Amino acid sequence: MAVAVVRMRDLFASAMLFAIYSLLCAALFAVLDAGDVALTEAAVGAGISTLLVLAVLTVARRDEKTVPGHNLPALVVVVITGAALVWATLDLPEFGAPDNPVHTHVAPYYIEQAYPDMGVPNMVAAVLASYRSIDTIGEAFVILTAGLAVWALLSVRPRRRRKVPPEEEDAQ
Amino acid sequence: MAVLGHFNYWIVVVLMMIGFYCVIARGNMAKKMMGLNIFQTSVFILFISAGKIIGGSTPILRKGVEVYSNPLPHVLILTAIVVGVATTAVGLALAMRIREAYGTIEDDLIHDDEPVAADEDDR
Amino acid sequence: MREHGILRIVARFLIPLIMLFGLYIQFHGDYSPGGGFQAGVVFAAAWILFVLIYGLEDALKVIPERAMFVLMLMGVLLYAAVGVAGVALGGNFLDFYPLLPGEHAAQQFGIITVELGVGVTVATVMMLIFTQFARRRGLLAEVEEEGD
Repeated sequence: MAVAVVRMRDLFASAMLFAIYSLLCAALFAVLDAGDVALTEAAVGAGISTLLVLAVLTVARRDEKTVPGHNLPALVVVVITGAALVWATLDLPEFGAPDNPVHTHVAPYYIEQAYPDMGVPNMVAAVLASYRSIDTIGEAFVILTAGLAVWALLSVRPRRRRKVPPEEEDAQ
Repeated sequence: MAVLGHFNYWIVVVLMMIGFYCVIARGNMAKKMMGLNIFQTSVFILFISAGKIIGGSTPILRKGVEVYSNPLPHVLILTAIVVGVATTAVGLALAMRIREAYGTIEDDLIHDDEPVAADEDDR
Repeated sequence: MREHGILRIVARFLIPLIMLFGLYIQFHGDYSPGGGFQAGVVFAAAWILFVLIYGLEDALKVIPERAMFVLMLMGVLLYAAVGVAGVALGGNFLDFYPLLPGEHAAQQFGIITVELGVGVTVATVMMLIFTQFARRRGLLAEVEEEGD
Protein backbone atom coordinates (compact mmCIF):
# COMPACT_ATOMS: atom_id res chain seq x y z
CA MET A 1 0.00 0.00 0.00
CA ALA A 2 2.75 2.43 0.92
CA VAL A 3 4.57 1.57 -2.30
CA ALA A 4 1.46 2.49 -4.22
CA VAL A 5 1.28 5.82 -2.40
CA VAL A 6 4.82 6.63 -3.49
CA ARG A 7 4.49 5.37 -7.06
CA MET A 8 1.17 6.99 -7.91
CA ARG A 9 1.68 10.06 -10.08
CA ASP A 10 -1.75 11.50 -9.54
CA LEU A 11 -1.48 13.25 -6.22
CA PHE A 12 -5.20 13.07 -5.55
CA ALA A 13 -5.24 9.28 -5.81
CA SER A 14 -2.09 9.18 -3.76
CA ALA A 15 -3.70 11.20 -0.97
CA MET A 16 -6.69 8.86 -0.97
CA LEU A 17 -4.41 5.82 -0.78
CA PHE A 18 -2.61 7.48 2.08
CA ALA A 19 -5.90 7.74 3.96
CA ILE A 20 -6.49 4.01 3.50
CA TYR A 21 -2.95 3.31 4.63
CA SER A 22 -3.56 5.33 7.81
CA LEU A 23 -6.74 3.41 8.47
CA LEU A 24 -4.81 0.14 8.14
CA CYS A 25 -2.24 1.49 10.58
CA ALA A 26 -5.03 2.30 12.99
CA ALA A 27 -6.30 -1.26 12.73
CA LEU A 28 -2.79 -2.52 13.38
CA PHE A 29 -2.54 -0.35 16.50
CA ALA A 30 -5.86 -1.71 17.73
CA VAL A 31 -4.54 -5.25 17.28
CA LEU A 32 -1.40 -4.31 19.19
CA ASP A 33 -3.52 -3.30 22.23
CA ALA A 34 -3.24 0.44 21.73
CA GLY A 35 -6.86 1.54 21.67
CA ASP A 36 -6.16 5.19 22.33
CA VAL A 37 -3.53 5.39 19.63
CA ALA A 38 -5.78 3.65 17.10
CA LEU A 39 -8.54 6.16 17.77
CA THR A 40 -6.21 9.10 17.23
CA GLU A 41 -4.58 7.65 14.13
CA ALA A 42 -7.96 6.96 12.53
CA ALA A 43 -9.15 10.51 13.09
CA VAL A 44 -5.87 12.21 12.25
CA GLY A 45 -4.47 10.12 9.43
CA ALA A 46 -7.62 9.27 7.58
CA GLY A 47 -9.38 12.53 8.29
CA ILE A 48 -7.41 15.64 8.96
CA SER A 49 -4.04 15.17 7.29
CA THR A 50 -5.64 13.86 4.10
CA LEU A 51 -7.85 16.93 3.98
CA LEU A 52 -4.86 19.20 4.46
CA VAL A 53 -3.04 17.57 1.56
CA LEU A 54 -6.16 17.95 -0.57
CA ALA A 55 -6.38 21.61 0.41
CA VAL A 56 -2.87 22.14 -0.91
CA LEU A 57 -3.69 20.24 -4.08
CA THR A 58 -6.63 22.51 -4.86
CA VAL A 59 -4.13 25.33 -5.17
CA ALA A 60 -1.14 23.52 -6.61
CA ARG A 61 -1.06 21.18 -9.60
CA ARG A 62 -2.68 17.85 -9.22
CA ASP A 63 -0.25 15.80 -11.29
CA GLU A 64 3.26 15.15 -10.23
CA LYS A 65 5.95 15.92 -12.76
CA THR A 66 7.01 12.60 -14.22
CA VAL A 67 10.55 11.57 -13.53
CA PRO A 68 11.50 8.82 -15.97
CA GLY A 69 12.64 5.56 -14.44
CA HIS A 70 13.93 5.12 -10.95
CA ASN A 71 16.24 7.39 -9.12
CA LEU A 72 19.18 5.01 -8.88
CA PRO A 73 21.41 6.82 -6.35
CA ALA A 74 18.44 7.30 -4.03
CA LEU A 75 17.55 3.63 -4.38
CA VAL A 76 21.10 2.60 -3.52
CA VAL A 77 21.18 4.84 -0.46
CA VAL A 78 17.83 3.50 0.69
CA VAL A 79 18.80 -0.14 0.23
CA ILE A 80 22.08 0.32 2.10
CA THR A 81 20.40 2.14 4.98
CA GLY A 82 17.67 -0.46 5.12
CA ALA A 83 20.17 -3.32 5.18
CA ALA A 84 22.08 -1.64 7.99
CA LEU A 85 18.87 -1.17 9.97
CA VAL A 86 17.81 -4.80 9.47
CA TRP A 87 21.24 -5.87 10.65
CA ALA A 88 20.78 -3.65 13.70
CA THR A 89 17.39 -5.18 14.50
CA LEU A 90 19.03 -8.56 15.08
CA ASP A 91 20.30 -7.17 18.37
CA LEU A 92 16.86 -6.01 19.46
CA PRO A 93 14.74 -8.09 21.80
CA GLU A 94 12.06 -10.38 20.44
CA PHE A 95 8.57 -9.15 19.76
CA GLY A 96 6.08 -9.48 22.58
CA ALA A 97 8.27 -11.14 25.20
CA PRO A 98 7.27 -9.96 28.70
CA ASP A 99 10.86 -9.59 29.92
CA ASN A 100 11.95 -7.05 27.29
CA PRO A 101 13.88 -4.07 28.64
CA VAL A 102 10.95 -1.78 27.78
CA HIS A 103 8.75 -3.57 30.26
CA THR A 104 11.15 -3.67 33.17
CA HIS A 105 11.93 -0.03 33.92
CA VAL A 106 9.12 2.34 34.91
CA ALA A 107 6.24 0.58 33.17
CA PRO A 108 5.48 -1.92 35.97
CA TYR A 109 5.26 0.97 38.40
CA TYR A 110 2.75 2.74 36.16
CA ILE A 111 0.69 -0.41 35.71
CA GLU A 112 0.61 -1.32 39.38
CA GLN A 113 0.35 2.10 40.94
CA ALA A 114 -1.93 3.98 38.55
CA TYR A 115 -5.14 2.81 40.12
CA PRO A 116 -4.07 3.03 43.79
CA ASP A 117 -2.57 6.48 43.17
CA MET A 118 -5.42 8.14 41.37
CA GLY A 119 -8.38 5.81 40.89
CA VAL A 120 -8.33 6.10 37.11
CA PRO A 121 -8.66 2.76 35.31
CA ASN A 122 -7.32 4.00 31.97
CA MET A 123 -3.58 3.86 32.52
CA VAL A 124 -2.87 5.76 29.33
CA ALA A 125 -4.84 8.74 30.58
CA ALA A 126 -3.24 8.48 34.01
CA VAL A 127 0.30 8.42 32.63
CA LEU A 128 -0.45 11.10 30.09
CA ALA A 129 -2.05 13.63 32.37
CA SER A 130 -0.51 12.96 35.73
CA TYR A 131 2.81 11.11 35.74
CA ARG A 132 4.06 12.76 32.60
CA SER A 133 2.07 15.97 32.71
CA ILE A 134 5.03 18.25 32.16
CA ASP A 135 5.76 16.34 28.96
CA THR A 136 2.17 16.82 27.91
CA ILE A 137 2.14 20.55 28.57
CA GLY A 138 5.14 20.72 26.25
CA GLU A 139 3.15 18.94 23.57
CA ALA A 140 0.25 21.33 24.05
CA PHE A 141 2.59 24.27 23.52
CA VAL A 142 4.05 22.64 20.40
CA ILE A 143 0.58 22.31 18.93
CA LEU A 144 -0.24 25.89 19.84
CA THR A 145 2.96 27.07 18.20
CA ALA A 146 2.23 25.05 15.06
CA GLY A 147 -1.22 26.59 14.85
CA LEU A 148 0.21 30.07 15.19
CA ALA A 149 2.89 29.29 12.59
CA VAL A 150 0.31 28.17 10.04
CA TRP A 151 -1.71 31.25 10.79
CA ALA A 152 1.33 33.46 10.35
CA LEU A 153 2.24 31.80 7.06
CA LEU A 154 -1.18 31.78 5.50
CA SER A 155 -3.01 34.81 6.83
CA VAL A 156 -0.66 37.28 5.16
CA ARG A 157 -2.44 38.78 2.22
CA PRO A 158 -0.87 37.35 -0.94
CA ARG A 159 1.02 39.81 -3.09
CA ARG A 160 -0.12 40.32 -6.62
CA ARG A 161 1.95 38.29 -8.98
CA ARG A 162 4.40 40.46 -10.79
CA LYS A 163 3.84 40.37 -14.51
CA VAL A 164 6.98 40.89 -16.54
CA PRO A 165 6.62 44.27 -18.26
CA PRO A 166 6.73 43.89 -22.06
CA GLU A 167 9.55 46.34 -22.70
CA GLU A 168 11.88 44.39 -20.45
CA GLU A 169 11.16 41.28 -22.41
CA ASP A 170 12.01 43.10 -25.63
CA ALA A 171 15.27 44.30 -24.19
CA GLN A 172 16.42 40.79 -23.36
CA MET B 1 11.09 -18.24 16.46
CA ALA B 2 14.15 -16.05 16.08
CA VAL B 3 13.02 -15.14 12.59
CA LEU B 4 9.41 -14.45 13.51
CA GLY B 5 10.46 -12.58 16.62
CA HIS B 6 11.97 -9.81 14.58
CA PHE B 7 9.32 -9.63 11.89
CA ASN B 8 7.78 -6.45 13.30
CA TYR B 9 11.10 -4.63 13.11
CA TRP B 10 11.52 -5.60 9.48
CA ILE B 11 8.11 -4.23 8.60
CA VAL B 12 9.13 -1.03 10.31
CA VAL B 13 12.40 -0.90 8.38
CA VAL B 14 10.67 -1.52 5.05
CA LEU B 15 8.07 1.19 5.69
CA MET B 16 10.74 3.57 6.91
CA MET B 17 12.80 3.05 3.79
CA ILE B 18 9.77 3.56 1.54
CA GLY B 19 9.17 6.87 3.25
CA PHE B 20 12.84 7.77 3.05
CA TYR B 21 12.96 7.00 -0.67
CA CYS B 22 9.88 9.11 -1.18
CA VAL B 23 11.49 12.04 0.59
CA ILE B 24 14.82 11.98 -1.20
CA ALA B 25 13.81 10.82 -4.67
CA ARG B 26 10.60 12.73 -5.27
CA GLY B 27 10.63 16.39 -6.14
CA ASN B 28 7.02 17.19 -5.39
CA MET B 29 6.65 18.74 -1.96
CA ALA B 30 3.20 17.33 -1.24
CA LYS B 31 4.65 13.92 -2.06
CA LYS B 32 7.61 14.59 0.19
CA MET B 33 5.24 15.36 3.06
CA MET B 34 3.44 12.08 2.45
CA GLY B 35 6.79 10.30 2.51
CA LEU B 36 7.60 11.94 5.82
CA ASN B 37 4.24 10.79 7.13
CA ILE B 38 4.95 7.21 6.10
CA PHE B 39 8.30 7.46 7.87
CA GLN B 40 6.47 8.79 10.90
CA THR B 41 3.95 5.95 10.99
CA SER B 42 6.79 3.45 10.78
CA VAL B 43 8.26 4.94 13.94
CA PHE B 44 4.82 4.76 15.58
CA ILE B 45 4.59 1.08 14.69
CA LEU B 46 8.06 0.52 16.13
CA PHE B 47 7.08 2.03 19.48
CA ILE B 48 3.67 0.40 19.71
CA SER B 49 5.02 -3.03 18.79
CA ALA B 50 7.75 -2.63 21.39
CA GLY B 51 5.06 -2.04 23.98
CA LYS B 52 3.04 -5.13 23.08
CA ILE B 53 3.24 -8.17 25.33
CA ILE B 54 1.96 -11.40 23.79
CA GLY B 55 -1.14 -12.39 25.72
CA GLY B 56 -1.43 -8.91 27.21
CA SER B 57 -4.40 -6.64 26.77
CA THR B 58 -5.23 -2.97 26.42
CA PRO B 59 -3.94 -1.06 29.45
CA ILE B 60 -7.29 -0.23 30.96
CA LEU B 61 -7.74 -1.74 34.38
CA ARG B 62 -10.54 -4.28 34.62
CA LYS B 63 -11.38 -7.46 36.41
CA GLY B 64 -10.00 -10.79 35.27
CA VAL B 65 -7.06 -9.41 33.32
CA GLU B 66 -3.58 -10.04 34.64
CA VAL B 67 -1.19 -8.96 31.90
CA TYR B 68 -1.40 -5.49 30.40
CA SER B 69 0.61 -4.15 27.51
CA ASN B 70 2.98 -1.33 28.29
CA PRO B 71 1.08 1.98 28.49
CA LEU B 72 4.15 4.19 28.20
CA PRO B 73 4.74 3.87 24.41
CA HIS B 74 1.04 4.50 23.87
CA VAL B 75 1.26 7.80 25.68
CA LEU B 76 4.32 8.88 23.74
CA ILE B 77 2.87 7.95 20.36
CA LEU B 78 -0.51 9.45 21.14
CA THR B 79 1.03 12.87 21.57
CA ALA B 80 3.43 12.27 18.68
CA ILE B 81 0.57 11.65 16.23
CA VAL B 82 -1.15 14.91 17.05
CA VAL B 83 2.08 16.87 17.07
CA GLY B 84 2.93 15.15 13.79
CA VAL B 85 -0.20 16.37 12.06
CA ALA B 86 0.44 19.89 13.36
CA THR B 87 3.96 19.92 11.97
CA THR B 88 2.71 18.42 8.70
CA ALA B 89 0.31 21.33 8.49
CA VAL B 90 3.20 23.77 8.93
CA GLY B 91 5.14 22.01 6.17
CA LEU B 92 2.18 22.10 3.82
CA ALA B 93 1.64 25.78 4.60
CA LEU B 94 5.25 26.44 3.62
CA ALA B 95 4.71 24.45 0.41
CA MET B 96 1.69 26.59 -0.34
CA ARG B 97 3.64 29.79 0.08
CA ILE B 98 6.36 28.41 -2.17
CA ARG B 99 3.72 27.64 -4.76
CA GLU B 100 2.56 31.24 -4.57
CA ALA B 101 6.03 32.70 -4.89
CA TYR B 102 7.40 30.39 -7.57
CA GLY B 103 4.34 28.91 -9.22
CA THR B 104 5.24 25.29 -8.55
CA ILE B 105 5.85 22.81 -5.78
CA GLU B 106 8.35 20.73 -7.74
CA ASP B 107 11.68 21.52 -6.20
CA ASP B 108 13.75 21.25 -9.38
CA LEU B 109 11.51 23.73 -11.17
CA ILE B 110 12.21 26.38 -8.56
CA HIS B 111 14.88 28.82 -9.65
CA ASP B 112 15.91 31.90 -7.79
CA ASP B 113 16.25 34.08 -10.85
CA GLU B 114 12.92 33.49 -12.57
CA PRO B 115 10.13 33.37 -10.04
CA VAL B 116 7.56 34.67 -12.51
CA ALA B 117 8.47 32.70 -15.59
CA ALA B 118 7.29 29.46 -14.09
CA ASP B 119 3.90 31.05 -13.55
CA GLU B 120 2.94 31.22 -17.17
CA ASP B 121 3.16 27.57 -18.20
CA ASP B 122 1.82 26.30 -14.91
CA ARG B 123 -1.95 25.99 -14.92
CA MET C 1 -21.44 20.59 -1.95
CA ARG C 2 -24.53 22.28 -0.67
CA GLU C 3 -26.63 20.95 -3.51
CA HIS C 4 -26.05 17.25 -2.85
CA GLY C 5 -29.14 16.20 -0.94
CA ILE C 6 -27.85 12.85 0.20
CA LEU C 7 -24.59 14.25 1.47
CA ARG C 8 -26.34 17.04 3.29
CA ILE C 9 -28.82 14.82 5.07
CA VAL C 10 -26.27 12.17 5.98
CA ALA C 11 -24.00 14.89 7.29
CA ARG C 12 -26.81 16.46 9.27
CA PHE C 13 -27.32 13.07 10.86
CA LEU C 14 -23.64 12.30 11.39
CA ILE C 15 -22.20 15.58 12.64
CA PRO C 16 -24.04 15.61 15.99
CA LEU C 17 -23.12 11.96 16.49
CA ILE C 18 -19.43 12.63 15.84
CA MET C 19 -19.51 15.60 18.18
CA LEU C 20 -21.24 13.55 20.84
CA PHE C 21 -18.61 10.84 20.41
CA GLY C 22 -15.91 13.50 20.77
CA LEU C 23 -17.42 14.74 24.00
CA TYR C 24 -17.80 11.17 25.24
CA ILE C 25 -14.15 10.30 24.73
CA GLN C 26 -13.20 13.63 26.25
CA PHE C 27 -15.03 13.13 29.51
CA HIS C 28 -15.10 9.36 29.69
CA GLY C 29 -11.41 9.14 28.91
CA ASP C 30 -10.56 8.00 32.42
CA TYR C 31 -12.49 4.78 32.05
CA SER C 32 -12.22 3.83 28.39
CA PRO C 33 -9.85 4.75 25.58
CA GLY C 34 -9.95 8.47 25.17
CA GLY C 35 -8.65 11.76 26.38
CA GLY C 36 -7.92 15.27 25.30
CA PHE C 37 -5.89 14.57 22.18
CA GLN C 38 -8.33 12.09 20.69
CA ALA C 39 -11.38 14.11 21.60
CA GLY C 40 -9.93 17.29 20.14
CA VAL C 41 -9.12 15.60 16.87
CA VAL C 42 -12.53 13.93 16.58
CA PHE C 43 -14.34 17.16 17.40
CA ALA C 44 -12.30 19.06 14.83
CA ALA C 45 -13.08 16.35 12.27
CA ALA C 46 -16.80 16.90 12.83
CA TRP C 47 -16.36 20.62 12.32
CA ILE C 48 -14.33 20.07 9.16
CA LEU C 49 -17.10 17.84 7.81
CA PHE C 50 -19.46 20.72 8.47
CA VAL C 51 -17.17 23.04 6.51
CA LEU C 52 -17.03 20.61 3.58
CA ILE C 53 -20.79 20.28 3.40
CA TYR C 54 -22.07 23.73 4.29
CA GLY C 55 -19.16 25.96 3.29
CA LEU C 56 -16.65 27.94 5.27
CA GLU C 57 -18.80 31.03 5.73
CA ASP C 58 -21.56 29.21 7.59
CA ALA C 59 -19.06 27.30 9.67
CA LEU C 60 -17.29 30.49 10.73
CA LYS C 61 -20.65 31.80 11.91
CA VAL C 62 -20.80 28.87 14.33
CA ILE C 63 -17.27 29.31 15.64
CA PRO C 64 -15.73 32.60 14.52
CA GLU C 65 -11.99 32.74 13.98
CA ARG C 66 -11.55 35.04 16.91
CA ALA C 67 -13.18 32.48 19.18
CA MET C 68 -10.72 29.89 17.92
CA PHE C 69 -7.78 32.05 18.93
CA VAL C 70 -9.25 32.74 22.32
CA LEU C 71 -10.13 29.10 22.93
CA MET C 72 -6.78 27.75 21.84
CA LEU C 73 -4.97 30.08 24.18
CA MET C 74 -7.47 29.36 26.95
CA GLY C 75 -6.82 25.64 26.61
CA VAL C 76 -3.09 25.97 27.18
CA LEU C 77 -3.64 28.54 29.90
CA LEU C 78 -6.10 26.23 31.66
CA TYR C 79 -3.46 23.52 31.65
CA ALA C 80 -0.82 25.91 32.96
CA ALA C 81 -3.24 27.34 35.51
CA VAL C 82 -3.79 23.91 37.01
CA GLY C 83 -0.03 23.57 37.28
CA VAL C 84 0.38 26.97 38.89
CA ALA C 85 -2.53 26.32 41.23
CA GLY C 86 -0.62 23.32 42.53
CA VAL C 87 2.34 25.59 43.24
CA ALA C 88 0.15 28.21 44.90
CA LEU C 89 -1.40 25.64 47.21
CA GLY C 90 1.99 24.40 48.33
CA GLY C 91 2.97 21.60 45.97
CA ASN C 92 5.16 21.29 42.91
CA PHE C 93 4.31 22.51 39.43
CA LEU C 94 1.57 20.27 37.98
CA ASP C 95 1.23 18.50 41.30
CA PHE C 96 -2.46 17.67 41.68
CA TYR C 97 -2.54 16.53 45.30
CA PRO C 98 -3.00 19.93 46.98
CA LEU C 99 -5.97 20.85 44.77
CA LEU C 100 -8.67 18.96 46.63
CA PRO C 101 -8.85 17.00 49.85
CA GLY C 102 -8.69 13.31 49.11
CA GLU C 103 -5.97 11.90 46.91
CA HIS C 104 -8.16 10.23 44.29
CA ALA C 105 -10.48 13.20 43.98
CA ALA C 106 -7.55 15.58 43.55
CA GLN C 107 -5.88 13.44 40.93
CA GLN C 108 -9.09 12.90 39.00
CA PHE C 109 -9.92 16.58 39.08
CA GLY C 110 -6.45 17.40 37.85
CA ILE C 111 -6.54 14.83 35.06
CA ILE C 112 -9.95 15.89 33.83
CA THR C 113 -9.05 19.58 33.83
CA VAL C 114 -5.78 18.99 32.08
CA GLU C 115 -7.42 16.78 29.46
CA LEU C 116 -10.05 19.44 28.91
CA GLY C 117 -7.35 22.03 28.29
CA VAL C 118 -5.55 19.73 25.85
CA GLY C 119 -8.81 18.86 24.09
CA VAL C 120 -9.83 22.48 23.59
CA THR C 121 -6.39 23.43 22.31
CA VAL C 122 -6.10 20.52 19.89
CA ALA C 123 -9.62 20.98 18.52
CA THR C 124 -9.28 24.71 17.94
CA VAL C 125 -5.79 24.48 16.48
CA MET C 126 -6.96 21.87 13.97
CA MET C 127 -9.96 24.05 13.09
CA LEU C 128 -7.76 27.10 12.72
CA ILE C 129 -5.29 25.29 10.47
CA PHE C 130 -8.07 24.01 8.27
CA THR C 131 -9.69 27.44 8.11
CA GLN C 132 -6.45 29.00 7.01
CA PHE C 133 -5.91 26.42 4.28
CA ALA C 134 -9.47 26.72 3.05
CA ARG C 135 -9.43 30.49 3.04
CA ARG C 136 -6.12 30.80 1.24
CA ARG C 137 -7.64 29.82 -2.05
CA GLY C 138 -10.28 32.50 -1.80
CA LEU C 139 -7.65 35.10 -0.94
CA LEU C 140 -5.56 34.09 -3.95
CA ALA C 141 -8.52 34.32 -6.32
CA GLU C 142 -9.42 37.74 -4.91
CA VAL C 143 -5.93 39.09 -5.46
CA GLU C 144 -5.84 37.70 -9.00
CA GLU C 145 -9.04 39.54 -9.84
CA GLU C 146 -7.72 42.81 -8.50
CA GLY C 147 -4.62 42.34 -10.60
CA ASP C 148 -6.52 42.06 -13.87
